[in-house]
Amino acid sequence: MAVCIGFIGKENSPLFLRCINQSQELQFHYIMHTCIDFVEEKIIQSNKSGSDVRELYLGLLYSSEEVKAYGFVTNTKIKIVIIIDSTNSLLRDNEIRAIFRKLHNAYTELVCNPFYTPGDPITSK
Amino acid sequence: MADDALFDFLHMEIVSHVTKSDAGLLQDGDEAMSKLEQIGYSTGYRFIERLTKDLSRFKDELEVMKAICKDFWSAVFKKQVDNLRTNHQGVYVLQDNKFRFLASISNSRQYLELAPKYLVFTCGLLRGALASLGLTCIVTAEVTTMPACKFQVHLQRA
Repeated sequence: MAVCIGFIGKENSPLFLRCINQSQELQFHYIMHTCIDFVEEKIIQSNKSGSDVRELYLGLLYSSEEVKAYGFVTNTKIKIVIIIDSTNSLLRDNEIRAIFRKLHNAYTELVCNPFYTPGDPITSK
Repeated sequence: MADDALFDFLHMEIVSHVTKSDAGLLQDGDEAMSKLEQIGYSTGYRFIERLTKDLSRFKDELEVMKAICKDFWSAVFKKQVDNLRTNHQGVYVLQDNKFRFLASISNSRQYLELAPKYLVFTCGLLRGALASLGLTCIVTAEVTTMPACKFQVHLQRA
């Protein structure tokens, strides 16, 4: 079960953050912020290695005693980060990719909403 | 398929509506052009999000431009851009020899002075799409003979 999900915008501004435990929200804001660095590192790394097929899914970004973070970047430079409790039984790669796909779809649909200006904090119900 | 015709007619109506509602003002239709461009911009921005959902990540600008010429153009106009030229300094020229909106207007130089109105929306569309992918740019269009037209994209570097 993911403990926290975050969307980071193009200029690295936070667009959306949702956690299971509301009291830990600030802590997750910090973790999200550090994840930006990891995401950029991965992007630069894959750019340099010049692999043929570049994926949107970035994989495990960061692992500590308490949490693991997984990243995903879209072509429009929107970053999605999922934070999972380390004590949980390990979720398989496929499942994580499925979660990211659903989040990406939800974001795409949000962008098509005429009442949403891209770049604003997301306040969807 | 009725879809293509629908888009063409809707576009023509938008152009005529915006130009007519601006007819009383003295700005010589400039405001209408910016409105049209802005409409194109938001459309392009949102549309590209949907389109690039399943494509693999882009490595550099040239790849972005190529994807725009192929996937984006086919999705919107049901054909690919006929010619893409660049000077590798951030200027790209996309040439379409049978631009959809102009094809129904004329096949020669008739109505040439009225053609730019119909290209403004597409300029905005390109600008929005590139902005969404992280490239700020200026897009201009020119028509010498209908229905061919050229879109010039100047990428702004930081």
